Amino acid sequence: MTTISARPTIARAGRLVRDRRLPVVVTATLFAVMFGYGSYRYSFDAQVGPNLLVNNGYLVIAAVGATFVILAGGIDLSIGSVIGFSGMLFAELVMRAHLPVPLAALVVLVTGCAGGALMGCMIHFFNVQPFIATLTGLFLFRGLSLVLSKAAISVRAPMVDSLAQYHLPLLSDTFLSTGAIVAILVALVAAYVLHLTPFGRRVYAIGGNEQSAMLMGLPVGRTKITLYAISGTCSALAGLVFVLYIQSGDPLHGIGMELDAIAAVVIGGTLLTGGAGYVLGSVLGVLVLGLIKTMISAEGTLSSWWIKIFTGVLVLIFILLQRVIAVRRA
Amino acid sequence: MTESMWRNVVRHHLFWPAAILVTLLLVNLPFTPGFFAIHVRNGHLYGSLVSILIFGTPLILVAIGMTLVIATGGIDLSVGAVMAIAGAIACWYIDRQSDQSSVVGVLVAVVLALAACSVLGLWNGFLVARIGVQPIIATLILMVAGRGIAQLITGGFIITVQSKPYSTIGGYIWVVPTGVLIAAVAVTSMATLTRRTALGLLVESVGGNAEASRLAGIRSRRIKIIVYVLCAVFAGIAGLMNSSNLSNADANNAGLWIELDAILAVVIGGTPLTGGRFSIGGTVLGALILQTLKTTIFTIGIPSQANMVFEAAVVITVCLIQSPAFRARVMAPFRRRRPPPPATPVRVETTETPAEVAS
Amino acid sequence: MAEQPPVLRMTGISKRFTAVRALSEVDFRLFPGEIHALLGENGAGKSTLIKVLTGVYSRDAGTVELEGQPVEITSPHHAQQLGISTVYQEVNLCPNLTVAENIFLGRELTSAGKTISWRKTRRTAQSLVARFGLDIDVGLPLQSYPLAVQQLVAIVRAVGPADAQTKVLILDEPTSSLDREEVLTLFSVMRRLREEGVAIVFVSHFLEQIYEICDRITVLRNGERVGEHPVSELDRVALVRLMLGRELRGLDALAEADRAEPDKTVLLASGVGRRGSIAPFDLKLRSREVVGLAGLLGSGRTELARLLFGADQADTGTIEVNGAPASIHGPPDAIGKGIAFCSENRRTEGLVPDLTVRENIILALQASRGWTRPLSRTQVDKLAAQYIKALDIRPSDPETKASALSGGNQQKVVLARWLITAPKLLILDEPTRGIDVGAKAEIQKLVARLADDGLAVLYISAELEEVLRVSHTVGVLRDRTLVAHLDNGPELTEDVIMGTIASGASGASQ
Repeated sequence: MTTISARPTIARAGRLVRDRRLPVVVTATLFAVMFGYGSYRYSFDAQVGPNLLVNNGYLVIAAVGATFVILAGGIDLSIGSVIGFSGMLFAELVMRAHLPVPLAALVVLVTGCAGGALMGCMIHFFNVQPFIATLTGLFLFRGLSLVLSKAAISVRAPMVDSLAQYHLPLLSDTFLSTGAIVAILVALVAAYVLHLTPFGRRVYAIGGNEQSAMLMGLPVGRTKITLYAISGTCSALAGLVFVLYIQSGDPLHGIGMELDAIAAVVIGGTLLTGGAGYVLGSVLGVLVLGLIKTMISAEGTLSSWWIKIFTGVLVLIFILLQRVIAVRRA
Repeated sequence: MTESMWRNVVRHHLFWPAAILVTLLLVNLPFTPGFFAIHVRNGHLYGSLVSILIFGTPLILVAIGMTLVIATGGIDLSVGAVMAIAGAIACWYIDRQSDQSSVVGVLVAVVLALAACSVLGLWNGFLVARIGVQPIIATLILMVAGRGIAQLITGGFIITVQSKPYSTIGGYIWVVPTGVLIAAVAVTSMATLTRRTALGLLVESVGGNAEASRLAGIRSRRIKIIVYVLCAVFAGIAGLMNSSNLSNADANNAGLWIELDAILAVVIGGTPLTGGRFSIGGTVLGALILQTLKTTIFTIGIPSQANMVFEAAVVITVCLIQSPAFRARVMAPFRRRRPPPPATPVRVETTETPAEVAS
Repeated sequence: MAEQPPVLRMTGISKRFTAVRALSEVDFRLFPGEIHALLGENGAGKSTLIKVLTGVYSRDAGTVELEGQPVEITSPHHAQQLGISTVYQEVNLCPNLTVAENIFLGRELTSAGKTISWRKTRRTAQSLVARFGLDIDVGLPLQSYPLAVQQLVAIVRAVGPADAQTKVLILDEPTSSLDREEVLTLFSVMRRLREEGVAIVFVSHFLEQIYEICDRITVLRNGERVGEHPVSELDRVALVRLMLGRELRGLDALAEADRAEPDKTVLLASGVGRRGSIAPFDLKLRSREVVGLAGLLGSGRTELARLLFGADQADTGTIEVNGAPASIHGPPDAIGKGIAFCSENRRTEGLVPDLTVRENIILALQASRGWTRPLSRTQVDKLAAQYIKALDIRPSDPETKASALSGGNQQKVVLARWLITAPKLLILDEPTRGIDVGAKAEIQKLVARLADDGLAVLYISAELEEVLRVSHTVGVLRDRTLVAHLDNGPELTEDVIMGTIASGASGASQ
């Protein structure tokens, strides 16, 4: 019988451009270049690198959660509010209700998970757009934080203190904090789930073509709800890590963090329309954002608003890159 | 009223928003007996209703600009940042004048600020209509970078100005709060612009069915760019009002998170997030509802922290009611189920799940 | 293909959608190891039948038996589990995933619990596609490959893996976008599956291909089965006649003598074509002339019209309007030159559903004036009322939402929209589809009158009788090529047109 040899329709160079790993490579290169320039100009010491994770661990966790949702074509605007609320709830449970720390942490995680699942249900069963559903989540959780307490609650519990101060020594005098370790673990688990489990394939499939995924017999509804639950749990975990970082629960924490998370995901090369992207990219995106902050404060003379401008410009560049790639694909 | 007259009233698209607003206002009565009273004090109008109007005007302005953008199926998250930039530019210019109270100076400042806003709107429109970036992300970029730009203009400080003409923008003209006048003018001009020209119709068409609009010869790109420019200009006016009220330019806090309230106002007012038919009047009512909600919560004595929870509750309710799937499931026992649509050749409908269709 | 019992037997299937009777007591038999063509024009019911079989729709009456056992198919997933797989025209796979991932989506090959073994997946997928004669790298995203390969991957997914157990494979218009080479590959895959005993339902409009590959043919028309024959017993002309049928209509013929003579050339298309859509064609459209376009569904009629209107971009050729070269990059250009296009998909490409009838009617006119020059309310009301009356649009309240109208009335609204722009060339794509008999006659008379008054008309219809009634000349399309342009003299009959459509030709599918 006839054999058809189909070379892919584009030449080698074109294929490189279209390789779905390209955006992550670009981000990694950008990070390396920036870091190199920064080391040279500001004489970074060895701890600067790990500090990126130490200072931004919570955002890494949140961005990983956001990645799941965005990969399937959705969005989660409630991230920042869940972070703030989780910190608040944890502080309340530990300081006012005197719950043991592990139990309080568990309650917080379950609440985040349930909140996410609820939004997922609204999106799937009632066809409310993800933007609006999670926007409501933003208001709801921010409101609940404020209802819990108007003022910040300092968290002083032995277990929390020791976790906050724990340093995992690495080579040449550098260290990682608990938050950084948790962030790395979360990223690893997420990468495993997304690339080595059937569930992960479903996520990409839904983001690629939800209609097809449904026709292929995948449980789309169940998967989508799970995704929002995952995002909620990650946001709650990020909130806990943030408490370790700040050692207090504050109803005003986390405002705007969803935008940071989304920016990190976009910079990391994940398409907002879904179907393509890597956890590693989002992690790199967070590191890039953190590096900008570090470099600007190292510069000293540059004012803090340049962070915002640079972030905006970076996101713009990546978006344009994504458009160019998308248009050439079509 | 006869049966059919009553039904016509209830069916009107502004009925439910108006009803909710009135109910909210009435809820205040038991707690503040003089709630509906308006008096003149120091040559200015005062009263709870007046306060609601004054505090609500920036939101009204931003929301009506947002309405058009949403009607084309888009969204604009950058309006808060644009407000900040507008205030920053105006105050920066006035601050540099030798006579800060010169009317000409103030006028130039206003023109500069609004011109800058138009450029920002053009930028957003260009990204969305020409490059094809998703509106959320396109306007997110300006939302983030815009605050930085505003801070850049103010040099990181809060620029304070002492300018009588400028402060009138956020103050009073005779007895009436200027803001209310500006809002009234803005609402009427928007209404005129959309209904006296064909802009409203074309916007609704683009939002309702983009492909059919294209085949009917509508230049959708142009329309989209126009609405983003309008949105930015209205946000700029709101920013000027805000900044004039405080006589300063606070790049960090001006218009913070107002985009979310604006989107909610639009949605509550009956314009669907997916685009299509819009209602300026509905948006105004929606903005007033949000403002009244805040006031009511305060009057009743609920701590203002609960504001957001209540807003969330209102939004969830409105969205669920607007969702056909929700109405079908909840009201199904009371209504005959709609039969499935006629067969179309070849393609499986994208909006139905097989389970819904196989009934 | 011996006398085995059928693997699939559908008996007395009926399906109704409110007022529309989509299927009326249709029987369908499918034997193992055969390739069975399912044919029918738009609205004939074939896609409804497929959707009933695959669980997208439920049936009102009738039985479905799979291998002799009655079954109730509740969803596409259920159909798949029962062994009925479908490969759609638009290849419902996920383009961002690799070939291997697509093949195993939903039934991933794992090792050690839930972990996917990519090595196993890749190796198995590679050998599977090789068995189907595909030499491709399964590690690349599906979208790197042309549609033809993607379709084959979809087939591999349906029948390849060990647990696939597909008994019935439905191919829904698989060759619409393929070139000749790719079609041959597909056919060899299909023959191989036939040898393995899979029963294949082949839905297509390309008559040549049906005669090339199929064993038996079932023809549907107006929701009824009008014939089931072995291919060898049904010649092309008979087939086309079965599909198009003859319908009695109580319409009076348009008086030939009153028709005006064609006038100046309004539009001249030379070598206009678009890859994958329609082969380069020449066409001259003159004022006072109605040119009909006939051809089966999928033959390229709409594609041709869209190129003239700028709805799609042509790759080749030039267009002259009123003697001057015209560059038509999009609908505004075309409309500016006096060309109007009434699409056949009134719901997706015609109406804006939430706008009122009045707004829909004046939309194109308003668009051409731009947003700064609105039509006055009185003007609008007058125009709307005029056309609502002229076309008898019901309900006659101009404030009715367009989505509330019946299909036929919706079509009239779209027609009114274009007539209001006073075009010089009016392109009508299936303008009377779904319209009742009386209204059909009105519209046809209206078109004739408009032409007499000076309009150039391009009239596309699947109903040959209609084409013959209104046209001065008839263009015939087959398999995406304009094959003939016939004068509508007394010797041009439906048979002649059908013969032209059906006439066998070698390798004419591009």
